[in-house]
Amino acid sequence: MYAQMVQSEATKDDPEKLAAFQARIDRDEKIEPKDWMPEGYRKTLIRQIGQHAHSEIVGQLPEGNWITRAPTLERKAILLAKVQDEAGHGLYLYCATETLGVSRDELTEMLLDGRMKYSSIFNYPTLNWADIGAVGWLVDGAAIINQVPLQRTSFGPYSRAMIRVCKEESFHARQGFDAIRKMAEGTPEQKKMAQNAVDRLWFPALMMFGPSDKDSTHSAQSMAWKIKMNTNDELRQKFVDQTVPQIEFLGLDLPDDGIKWNEERGHYDYSDPDWSEFFDVIKGNGPCNVDRLAARNKAWKDGAWVRDGLLAHARKKAAAKVAAE
Amino acid sequence: MSAATSNEAFTQFLLRMGDNTLILGHRVSEWCGHSPVLEEDIALANTALDLIGQTQMWLGLAGEIEGKGQTADNLAFLRDVWDFRNLLLVEMPNGDFGQTLMRQFLFDAWHSIQLGRLMSSSDERVAAIAEKTSKEVAYHLERSADTVVGLGDGTEESHARMQDALDYLWPYVGEMFQSDAVDAEMVAKGIAPDPASLREEYDALVGRILATATLTIPDTAFGHKGGRTGAMHTEHLGHLLTQMQWLQRAYPGSEW
Ligand SMILES: [Fe+2]
Ligand SMILES: [Fe+2]
Repeated sequence: MYAQMVQSEATKDDPEKLAAFQARIDRDEKIEPKDWMPEGYRKTLIRQIGQHAHSEIVGQLPEGNWITRAPTLERKAILLAKVQDEAGHGLYLYCATETLGVSRDELTEMLLDGRMKYSSIFNYPTLNWADIGAVGWLVDGAAIINQVPLQRTSFGPYSRAMIRVCKEESFHARQGFDAIRKMAEGTPEQKKMAQNAVDRLWFPALMMFGPSDKDSTHSAQSMAWKIKMNTNDELRQKFVDQTVPQIEFLGLDLPDDGIKWNEERGHYDYSDPDWSEFFDVIKGNGPCNVDRLAARNKAWKDGAWVRDGLLAHARKKAAAKVAAE
Repeated sequence: MSAATSNEAFTQFLLRMGDNTLILGHRVSEWCGHSPVLEEDIALANTALDLIGQTQMWLGLAGEIEGKGQTADNLAFLRDVWDFRNLLLVEMPNGDFGQTLMRQFLFDAWHSIQLGRLMSSSDERVAAIAEKTSKEVAYHLERSADTVVGLGDGTEESHARMQDALDYLWPYVGEMFQSDAVDAEMVAKGIAPDPASLREEYDALVGRILATATLTIPDTAFGHKGGRTGAMHTEHLGHLLTQMQWLQRAYPGSEW
């Protein structure tokens, strides 16, 4: 899940309007940007979609880390295409957020100074080539589990963005699985890389769905508004159930001794991630938080002259056009 | 001329085409996630992706013509510096965004003219690749030219940076138009044009864009050379290869 622990805002609107708004949502009508909406709904969405957009952007970094070392031309092309897609996802999600009255530059500033978050997963490093397969398979896989239900979310632009994004994410997940499969079936060294990637990324992937339901506040309002469609634990279970047979198919060892099929529940049991580690990452103490934010800040700062230059040129051109008319 | 000699020259020509796209594609891909604005991240990734796709075609054909069973991947990942046949221009470091876009523009302008000529190559495979890639390259040129104009004629700072980039890169332009025995053979067989014959069109195109960008072409006829013949690359290429080829070199014989 690319949006974690999004606090939903309490709302202090006219009860009659609120009831009518809720009735629209209950009838599965889409809310469009020009429609009346409670302030809390608007603010919660900005936070959630914005966080999702930031995740797409920061998510370019761990994958970009391997573009220049991709082992074949084909793998390099696949990875470039994927990273390009992710930047595109960022772009339509920022556009969806802009319809709620906040500009992309404002959102960017909030990311850069730490007021807004991105998914905890991107604060983990990619250390060997199998990580690139594992990221596509596990990280995009987890994102899909979260985003498929969000295609039915109540806010029109978000729902439409999710429909577009999900198609591409499924592609990424399949290509990621194919890349790690090649390694799992490869030389002993390659298999070691694949196992190492799964062992390292398994728990961080589980954390993508956010804290356990018993510790997750604020979700009731978001669920009523259909901004959040399922609980964190439901989605996490779905991910575990889908992924464990895939790990077995690859012939890799399971990354958690606690994984066991539970006949009675009809689900796999699994161990909880270390939630104290999760909260550390959220607070900025993950293995890569500082580097990721520094990289984004540097890109923004170094690019200022480019943005200013292009803007100045566009203004000159517009002025020349006016003068000519 | 014997068939062996002619295949050798043809292979060299194809390596020149494919190494240009490979090395430039690699350089552009180094920007991933670090560019000044999201649209540029997307555009640069797209350019790199096109160039890597073109590399697969050129180097694939080079391996085929050479006839020693080399795949495009073998050629990309298992040759050393002295075997590379790209222009020095494309191995130059990214520098700032302005230098990257100036390098791109100076290359795109040549590339688009070259592909236009290759579309009527006597070798069908070359003509087909040129036909297929020329649309992508026309788009690269449109984009890099627009950006060079926008930044050249932008703010005082962006203008100064673009002029610096042009001053730095201009001495690498001349190499595009030098010819040797390989070119003579390509011309004789109607496979490719004489590089020198592209100069006039290039100067007209580049001159027009740079003038619109309010930039001044350095007043020098000097040109570095040694990339397309492999005689002497810059120090930069070796570092690029250590990164690009690392996995293939460290774990030889693996499939990826
Ligand atoms: Fe994405
Ligand atoms: Fe993705």
